[in-house]
Amino acid sequence: MEYPKLSKNKGLFSAENLECIRNDRVLFSRLDFSLDPGEILHVEGENGSGKTSLLRILCGLSPPASGEIYWQGESVRKNRGRFLEKLAYIGHQAGIKGDLTPLENLALVLKLHPADSEPDLSEVLTHVGLQGHEDVPARTLSAGQRQRIALARLLLQKAVLWILDEPFTSLDVQGRAWLQDLLDRHLKKGGMIILTAHHLLESSLPVRKLCLNDY
Amino acid sequence: MWSFFHKLASPKHFYRIAGAWIPWLGGITLLLMVVGLYLGLWVAPPDYQQGDSYRIMFVHVPAAWMSLFIYVFMAVCGGIGLIWNMKMADIMAMTSAPIGASFTFLALVTGSIWGKPMWGTWWVWDARLTSELILLFLYLGYIALQNAIEDPRTAARAGAILAIVGSVNIPIIHYSVEWWNTLHQGPTVTRMDKPAIHSSMLWPLLLMALAFQLYFFTLLLMRARVELLYRERRSRWVRELMGNLQPSPLSNNREVI
Amino acid sequence: MASRPLSAFWAILRRDLLLAFRHRGELANPLLFFLMIVSLYPLGISPEPDLLRAIAPGAVWIAALLSALFSMENLFRGDFQDGTLEQIALSPQPLPLLLAAKILAHWLVSGLPMILMAPVLALLLSMPAAATWALVYTLALGTPLLSLIGAVGTALTVGLKRGGVLLTLLVMPLYIPILIFATNAVSAAAAGLPISGQLYFLAALLVLALTLSPLAIAAAVRISLG
Repeated sequence: MEYPKLSKNKGLFSAENLECIRNDRVLFSRLDFSLDPGEILHVEGENGSGKTSLLRILCGLSPPASGEIYWQGESVRKNRGRFLEKLAYIGHQAGIKGDLTPLENLALVLKLHPADSEPDLSEVLTHVGLQGHEDVPARTLSAGQRQRIALARLLLQKAVLWILDEPFTSLDVQGRAWLQDLLDRHLKKGGMIILTAHHLLESSLPVRKLCLNDY
Repeated sequence: MWSFFHKLASPKHFYRIAGAWIPWLGGITLLLMVVGLYLGLWVAPPDYQQGDSYRIMFVHVPAAWMSLFIYVFMAVCGGIGLIWNMKMADIMAMTSAPIGASFTFLALVTGSIWGKPMWGTWWVWDARLTSELILLFLYLGYIALQNAIEDPRTAARAGAILAIVGSVNIPIIHYSVEWWNTLHQGPTVTRMDKPAIHSSMLWPLLLMALAFQLYFFTLLLMRARVELLYRERRSRWVRELMGNLQPSPLSNNREVI
Repeated sequence: MASRPLSAFWAILRRDLLLAFRHRGELANPLLFFLMIVSLYPLGISPEPDLLRAIAPGAVWIAALLSALFSMENLFRGDFQDGTLEQIALSPQPLPLLLAAKILAHWLVSGLPMILMAPVLALLLSMPAAATWALVYTLALGTPLLSLIGAVGTALTVGLKRGGVLLTLLVMPLYIPILIFATNAVSAAAAGLPISGQLYFLAALLVLALTLSPLAIAAAVRISLG
């Protein structure tokens, strides 16, 4: 993967003066951060402190009450297409169609996020531990297995920036270790991760923290 | 000029400037309305066909004009709010909807009263009345959407889309209802406006139209000020204004913690 | 690279058709609704053929409006609830195009069958042959319009708990021009008059809706996700 040069003196991905107001309540304000290749940001905060809201704002799904988000020093609002090419987001809802098989779900991901080389989908499914479940409707799978389908998107999309909302949810011990390994490898390749997680990250790399209660 | 508009977009300045304007706008509205009504009800001669009953036109026609104007105004404000993310534009669009619906309702009621001596019944599917009824539906849909969405910003943005789609449709609706009407009823009932109106009737009509326009803006500023106070109730300037600088316990969740 | 937005368009179209096929039991519901409303008219008014013939254009078209609205409610709901809609919105492909694929799929499974069923309904309401053809033409031009305009309302109300009635309030007034021109064309055809004017008007509306409504729908979906 190639990483573009920075045009301004700030991180590859940065946010300035973000404010989020939900139903008349200020969840956070004056939030700034910047993230460089190889860095992981762990967003912390109590329930209702706006973790999910922050992640959705960073993806561009919901507009912040004020503030601006930059990718390569350019405002994301103005260059949405170029930003989205580099972004993978896994939210609370897995984004999996229960009536489609895992293979069919992933085939759509490939069309929505075209990569230069078409990966072998069944190989990817084997990689996330879903071999033998290629042809059953996703709704018959367990929550952990569905989460694995969602995580398989990370392998397909070739994104630089991963924004993950509670990615460890409903994974078993092996699944968590596997995901931790995947995150580490992404960082070593120069990727960037922003995530929320209830359990402590056992990353071998330094983890930056952002506590929403402070903003 | 530009900096003036910029100032107007900031809530605090808007509140002050609008407050200074309201008495003037209201005064001129009152003056125009008194003169317009006097000219229309006493000075203008009776119509050779309709006698005195046509005089309701001085309320009906301006109300109908306003009902259209306000919908377009709402769409323009909504568009401005959508593109430039301007809070005042959102508030303007939202607060003008009930005023517009009221004008539409007034146009419907006066139209029906006007029609009673002409048609012998309170309601006829006349093109203008039908268009006005559909416009009322559009307003009510907009208000219902605003009420259904809790977050004020989302409500404003969703309302803006609806108002823009609606105002693209208004000419189409108007044209098709007109066309439908000529097919079904013939041209006998569309007697509400005359191509050549005598100046003794035209002047009061124009004065009343202007008075209604200014009335709308007076009302809009008053409502916008109230809405603004409510939305900014946590902000410093509103609390200063209300002489209450105690930090409100709900103003920020961090203060609860 | 240039063909990629189109391949995403086909992928979504295929996916939605596949999903509809996996739920083929539900496919008939809007059609049954359409049929039942039409059959209420003879029962509720009179089975007298002359009277039926007079009200038939309006009866069929009002039923079409209602069943279009009825089926429209679920256009974005499933995707909104399971998070696929946000994944679609986060695709670098143009969102209006992707949503247009969803609307096309929806029209293929709900609008197209209504057109095919129109001759049967015409028969039930003793419409003459010329009017039956006019009904088919107006439905062919009108049902895509119903889908495109209705999708704006659906996109605006998808995040709301009780969106169904609200959707009707928002969209019904916008359907009125379609109703007027379509029913008029059918009545005119029954009277042996030319109907090309009405059809041109509907076609013009369709072109207008095809160009503008995907943009409004995309904007509305972004607002509902936000």
